[in-house]
Amino acid sequence: MRHQSLLLGGIVLATLAFSAVQPASAADTKIERVYGTYCVQCHGLKRNGTGVNLPALSVRPRDHTDPKGMGSLPDDEIFKAIKTGGLSVNKSVLMPSWGGTLNDKQITEMVHYLRTVCKCGH
Amino acid sequence: MRTSLPMFMGLGLLALAPMQAQAGGADILKSQCSACHALSKPASVTIDDLWTRKAPDLWYAGDKFNKDWLVAWLQNPTRIRPAGYPYFKNVIKGPKHDEIDESKLKPHVHLAKADAEAVADALMAMKPDGVVQKGIYKGGSVNMRMGAMTFDKFRGCIACHKGADGKGGFSGAELTDAGKRLQPDYIASFIKDPQKIDPHIWMPTLAMNDRSIQMLTGYLIKLSGQEKK
Repeated sequence: MRHQSLLLGGIVLATLAFSAVQPASAADTKIERVYGTYCVQCHGLKRNGTGVNLPALSVRPRDHTDPKGMGSLPDDEIFKAIKTGGLSVNKSVLMPSWGGTLNDKQITEMVHYLRTVCKCGH
Repeated sequence: MRTSLPMFMGLGLLALAPMQAQAGGADILKSQCSACHALSKPASVTIDDLWTRKAPDLWYAGDKFNKDWLVAWLQNPTRIRPAGYPYFKNVIKGPKHDEIDESKLKPHVHLAKADAEAVADALMAMKPDGVVQKGIYKGGSVNMRMGAMTFDKFRGCIACHKGADGKGGFSGAELTDAGKRLQPDYIASFIKDPQKIDPHIWMPTLAMNDRSIQMLTGYLIKLSGQEKK
C-alpha cells in the first residue's frame, strides 16, 4: 500500500516537473485563443458544452472535457465536424461549418488541442 | 441683378448645409466614437485584433445601416448584442452555463437630435467599394414559415441570434428588428460571406445557396415589419 502511494506520488511529481519544463508553445496559446473566439460561445469557458448560448440550444453542445465521449471520436471525424459542420458527421446542424473561417492547419491544431482538453489523446 | 446676388448666396448656403452637417458629424465621430469604433479600414485584421476591439467597425456603416434607424438609435441607444461586443470579453463561468458579466457592459453614448442626424449623415457617407454586394437582395414574396424554419431549425441561426419574439442566443447581434437596423444588401452579403466583410468574425460561413440567402434576408426584413420592394 505504502509502495503504491509512493509510486503514485512519484508519478504526480514527475508529471508536475515535466509540465514545468514544457511551457505551452506559441501554437498552443494561439489555438486556445481560437477556441476562446469561436467555440466558447456554445462549448463554454469550461469547455464542457455550457457556453453562454446554451439556454437557446435544442441540443447540448459536445462536452470537450469528456474523455469517454471525445475518446470515441477519431481525429478525422472531429476535423470533419469542425470544417464542414455537425450535419456532415450525422450530428446537429447547430454545430456550424468553420471551414470558411479557419484553415486546415488551424483545424488540425484544434483537433490536437481538443485531445489535451479531454485528456484522451489518440 | 441686384436681387440675384442674395438669392445666389442663399442657394449656396442651402447647398452648404448638408456638407456642414456631415463635417459636424465627422467631428463628433472622431471625438466621441473613434475610441471604440474603427472609422477607417484597418490595414490588417487578425484574431488577436478582435480581442482589442471595443465595438463594431463603422468604416462601412453607409452600406450597413438604415439612416432612420441610426438617427433614432443614436438618441436612444439600446443593447444590440445581449453579451456586448465582442461577446467573448464579457462572458464568465456560471453554475449552469456561462453568463454575461453585466458589470462589463457600459451604456452607449447618447446624442442630441441634431448631433444624431449629423452623425448619421456622416456614417451614411462611409460606403467603401467592395464590402457589400450591391443588388444581391432581389426582394419578392417571403414565406415566413419557411424563413422561421430556416432560422430556427435548418440553419440554426437561433443558436447565437435572437429572432422572432426575442427568442435565441446571446453571442450574436439581436435580429428581431434587423430589418429596421440593416440594409437588405448588407444582410444578404453578410449571410453569404461574413468573413469577406469582417475577417475572422465569429459568425460562421454557412455556404448557403442564393435561394436560402434570399429567403433568410426576406424573412429578417419582414420579421421587423420592414417590407421592401
